[in-house]
Amino acid sequence: MSEAISTDAVIIGAGPCGLFAIFELGLLDIKCHVVDILDRAGGQCAELYPEKPIYDIPALPIVTGAELTQRLLDQAKPFHPQFHFNQMVTELIKHGDNDFELRTDGGIVFRSKIVVIAAGGGSFQPKKPPIPGIDAYEGTSVFYSVKKMEAFRGRDILIVGGGDSALDWTNNLAPIANSMTLLHRRDEFRAAPDSVNKMRELVAAGKMQLKLGQVTGLTGADGVLSSIQVKGNDGAAFDIQANMLLPFFGLTMKLGPVANWGLNLDENLIPVDTEKFESSTPGIFAIGDINHYPGKLKLILSGFHEAALLAQQAFRYINPGQRLLFQYTTSSTNLQKKLGVA
Amino acid sequence: MAKITFIQHNGTEQTVDGIPGMTVMEAAIKNMVPGIDADCGGACACATCHVYVEAEWLDKVGKRAAMEEDMLDFAFDVKDSSRLSCQIKISDAIDGLRVRVPEKQF
Repeated sequence: MSEAISTDAVIIGAGPCGLFAIFELGLLDIKCHVVDILDRAGGQCAELYPEKPIYDIPALPIVTGAELTQRLLDQAKPFHPQFHFNQMVTELIKHGDNDFELRTDGGIVFRSKIVVIAAGGGSFQPKKPPIPGIDAYEGTSVFYSVKKMEAFRGRDILIVGGGDSALDWTNNLAPIANSMTLLHRRDEFRAAPDSVNKMRELVAAGKMQLKLGQVTGLTGADGVLSSIQVKGNDGAAFDIQANMLLPFFGLTMKLGPVANWGLNLDENLIPVDTEKFESSTPGIFAIGDINHYPGKLKLILSGFHEAALLAQQAFRYINPGQRLLFQYTTSSTNLQKKLGVA
Repeated sequence: MAKITFIQHNGTEQTVDGIPGMTVMEAAIKNMVPGIDADCGGACACATCHVYVEAEWLDKVGKRAAMEEDMLDFAFDVKDSSRLSCQIKISDAIDGLRVRVPEKQF
């Protein structure tokens, strides 16, 4: 067992609400570790709409998801949050008051005084196309991500999709594959033009094939694929010989392990009170899209408010008996020192 | 008010009232129509509100925009009649619209 990281707070989810919670907790001297399943901060703002403008953030008439994320990271910076990306919190165990153990799928263990669940719609997971029988091949012939390129050396690979993941892995794996085919529903690609050009060069050089159509079925035995049935764009059916299939259909949000943590849930949301934004387990808070209370609005600005209020209660748990002095960043030298501006 | 009928994969039909200006996705969510997930809440960023527009309505709902075409790459079993229901604005012109919901948004 790896040694546990000891901390005041673990925030699950590095979306806008999780990032602002770092700031609010930081003002009260509460140190945070932040875990996210994505490879970067921003949550939905980073994954679903980095380039799309948001118009309802107070004082920012227009801001993109990526820009909002960067601003929140800048704002949280004085508090030195420690991020753990590409990690999903799989277990959350309460050992006692102000003593929680969290474990990630990457083997990181935390012991934390409080926990903030800011997991939005849940964890982003790869979309699994509903091709009949696909389950039987997962982990042996069907993969939704590439963890080790070597596993694909010398194989007959079919990649499905037209975005960056599909094109990047097509270009990266083509040189080590026995054969490489890219299948997409149209002859236009969302991926970066660079990657598309590279793919087309590989096709022109005879190093891979590009097919247009959609997967309809799989053939194989004992978890090993032998061919993939495709309906071509002209309506004609054909087979592609491959023993490795990588479908890249983007990510979707699933509640995931949160359901197993013994919290009261209401239709996949965590009911909280509106004073402390605390779940049914004292010391575990829930903010942002994942919580629910009468009148809840799933807006980023609601999550900001929730972060400020949960921090008050978090302070009381972490500093029992200590009086919490309410202060403004405009006038408090103490807060300004923490922010590094005084 | 415009009537919109959602036809499930198993053939069950549900007709809901759509207010002009709303999207077909919003009408589905408001009436808890199964099979319209709308993960992103209408930003044309997820393709989980995929529907098939019945042939006789295809012209009336109009064509896919480029952004929608891109997002449909994330849907499964895309057909000529495929649309993202968050991109179909309800108006009196589509009163009576019939759309099929895929078996799974996945």
